[in-house]
Amino acid sequence: MNVETGIAKIETRDLDFYYGPTRALKRVNVSCYKNRVTAIIGPSGCGKSTFIRTLNRMNDVIPGTRVEGTILLDGKDVHAPDVDVVELRRRVGMVFQKPNPFPKSIFDNIAYGLRINGMKDKRKLEEVVVRSLRGAALWEEVKDRLDENAFALSGGQQQRLCIARALAVEPEVILFDEPCSAIDPIATAKVEDLIETLEKSYTVVIVTHNMQQAARVSDYTAFMMLGELVEFDVTEKIFTNPVNKLTEEYITGRFG
Amino acid sequence: MKQARRKKIAQFLGFFLLRAGLTLVLAILLLFLYDIGRKGGGTISWEFLSQAPRKGMTEGGIFPAIFGTFLVTLITAILAVPLGMCAAIYLNEYATQGRLTRLIRLSIRNLSGVPSIVYGLFGVILFVNIMRFGTSVLSAGLTLGLMTLPWTITASEEALKTVPNSYREGALALGATKWQSIRTNVLPYAVPGMLTGTVLGLARAAGETAPILFTGAAFFLPYLPKSLGDQFMALPYHLYIMATQHHQIEQVRPIAYGTALVLIVLVLGMNMTAVVIRYRLRRKRR
Ligand SMILES: Nc1ncnc2c1ncn2[C@@H]1O[C@H](COP(=O)(O)OP(=O)(O)O)[C@@H](O)[C@H]1O
Ligand SMILES: [Mg+2]
Repeated sequence: MNVETGIAKIETRDLDFYYGPTRALKRVNVSCYKNRVTAIIGPSGCGKSTFIRTLNRMNDVIPGTRVEGTILLDGKDVHAPDVDVVELRRRVGMVFQKPNPFPKSIFDNIAYGLRINGMKDKRKLEEVVVRSLRGAALWEEVKDRLDENAFALSGGQQQRLCIARALAVEPEVILFDEPCSAIDPIATAKVEDLIETLEKSYTVVIVTHNMQQAARVSDYTAFMMLGELVEFDVTEKIFTNPVNKLTEEYITGRFG
Repeated sequence: MKQARRKKIAQFLGFFLLRAGLTLVLAILLLFLYDIGRKGGGTISWEFLSQAPRKGMTEGGIFPAIFGTFLVTLITAILAVPLGMCAAIYLNEYATQGRLTRLIRLSIRNLSGVPSIVYGLFGVILFVNIMRFGTSVLSAGLTLGLMTLPWTITASEEALKTVPNSYREGALALGATKWQSIRTNVLPYAVPGMLTGTVLGLARAAGETAPILFTGAAFFLPYLPKSLGDQFMALPYHLYIMATQHHQIEQVRPIAYGTALVLIVLVLGMNMTAVVIRYRLRRKRR
């Protein structure tokens, strides 16, 4: 695949993934470039979530699963024995499909990641909370109610809270797994705008089943089907002039 | 039309039966409480609660039995609460969910159905004889602890299951270790539920006679237990004696009813505590 070369922040090589005997990923080779947004699209059940969750080794917690092949973060194998999975997950943050605020105050949600890493300095915590909320375009809406329970926020606000929470630990990569599928269109537009601004400072990978969304926010797009990578290219190319027949059929809405 | 009417009648009958069942159960319970309250209420006095039995247990109070029940329940709690919670955390959070874990869980459920006299005999063999704690408040407390463990484990596991997985994953994704995610993002939301189940289990233990019968409870003691190696008097056993074994049964009947009332108030009080904990938890969740 003739993709322009940048600095690959994450690179997978012949990535296979098994849930017990079921093979969910088949030799997937994708590169996620630094300061770019990479979208993963494909029909439901094709392995998008599985793929994105292998990148920060979230699938490690599911018993009976197995990874084969290589995932490189800054050129280093994330499964190497000297890699600390906790540190890996701090560097590669994740925002889930369903907003999952913790039943704590807005402040404590954002401060969570810092506190578990041992930060106690109140002033520094406040500084990071404010910065993260600004970064997630939520500050103006919640600045007067940081002590309120995060459950009091609307769905879209909750999702931006989760983004702010991920930003607070200063990750290098942020993974989004269908971040807009559980929120309304206006909130979706806000999250999309946000993703575009995040691109400047982070490497972003976003799973979406919404093709317009992929076209709007991403620089590169990977199209997957039945656990296989069908096509990976610059987003514009995928959406205007795909090489593979299946890709064309999918983006023109003939199946999926 | 006809069918709609038949459905309505069926629904009415169904609700009627359910209401009747509930009313019957409540009525029996209330009648029972009323009877004990009426017959035992007159016996209750400060003297009754604070003094030891006198004159072959025909006069005086039941303080040693109250004290003994508190002490033995405390020992039960010290064994069953931490161990039960740890076991539940291990089973629900750490153990690989496979056939072995299922078998262990099944065994625990079965253990909670074993008759209490069996625990009593087991306690005699293990704590009194093998471990040489003698017939003592320690042996009795440990026996009750063993009996309560399956309840605390099961209740604690249920409480852990109510915590959504997204709390665990959310914490892990922020770079928490597994233990950090459990400690800071699972336990705080599970502990009230764990406590509710645990207190219910302890209330049940406080009212049991069979497990302490051979392991440490005494018919009568002129003194309070001074160490864990001493025997003790307990409310349920005292009640049993007063109701069936005393040489002047008719004369001590009021004492028996008084004892029953104290025991019931104690157990109900513990159950109410559990309900209050659960209520607080529900309100906080909202
Ligand atoms: N925890 C799991 N255990 C077993 N199979 C799973 C699990 N999660 C996903 N799968 C299977 O793996 C395949 C890919 O799923 P997933 O990655 O969730 O797809 P997508 O996110 O593209 O909809 C599906 O066939 C799904 O049934
Ligand atoms: Mg998915």
